[in-house]
Amino acid sequence: MRSERRRVAEPEASQPKAGDRWLRAQLVLALLLIAFWLLWSGQFVPLLLVLGALSSLLVVYIVKRMGYFDTRIHALRYNFRLIGFWLWLLREIVRSSIEVARVVLSMPLRLSTEVVEVPVGDLDAVDQALLGNSITLTPGTLTVDTREDRLVVHALTAAGAQSLRDGEMKRRVIALRRAKAA
Amino acid sequence: MTDALLDIASWLLLALGGLAVLIGGIGALRMPDLYTRLHAASVTDSMGAILVIVGVMLQAGLSLATIKLGVILLFLLLSSPTASHALAAAALVAGNKPGINSDGPEGG
Repeated sequence: MRSERRRVAEPEASQPKAGDRWLRAQLVLALLLIAFWLLWSGQFVPLLLVLGALSSLLVVYIVKRMGYFDTRIHALRYNFRLIGFWLWLLREIVRSSIEVARVVLSMPLRLSTEVVEVPVGDLDAVDQALLGNSITLTPGTLTVDTREDRLVVHALTAAGAQSLRDGEMKRRVIALRRAKAA
Repeated sequence: MTDALLDIASWLLLALGGLAVLIGGIGALRMPDLYTRLHAASVTDSMGAILVIVGVMLQAGLSLATIKLGVILLFLLLSSPTASHALAAAALVAGNKPGINSDGPEGG
């Protein structure tokens, strides 16, 4: 029985039918969203169940229109090293928050804004988004523009600009990708 | 005993979070142009959100509410930089060049 199935499955595997895979991805996403709706609401009234199912399907339709299923981007494929990255990011947020707070409360305002370009030509789209978002999340640095091979970042302080040039955040994002590939 | 410690930690986090939000607000008022205002506001977005939500999580204890709060925090930390970036990118497209207006009277 099992070997029979495998024989049938093999020609499909050598010629993957993209349509099937996308349909499955859509189904998985819809079921996941419905499960989340049930978990969050905790109510099993018919009206809410129907609303949950409809909004889940609406989300699937919207992300399909956005081309989510066409590109093979799976941002969730990061592993547990992401938690280490988050802890490091948390420390950076605390440090730079204090720095920005000091600038905000300085009496006259001490500004030394700078625009820094961070080369990201060697990162894929997900890693670029992760890096750009992490830069913006850290107070004092703001990703203003994304070009093909670089992020244009506005920095409030010279220290913030310098840490961008040192590129520790980018190194950590690349380390995540290495872990992902392994 | 642990309840009292949790309470103290929770209130400390909530107070610090309130302070972060206040500083973000002051900064948004004091800064000269849009980009520097966004820097100040991101203290509220990042630090304020983390401190306040973790403070409330300590109040909620081990419950579904804490998990929900954690997910809310995750979504906030993913969506608020995206919104900041969208705002800054829109300003750039509209011709508000960063750095040039910083010393002027009113850039944003």
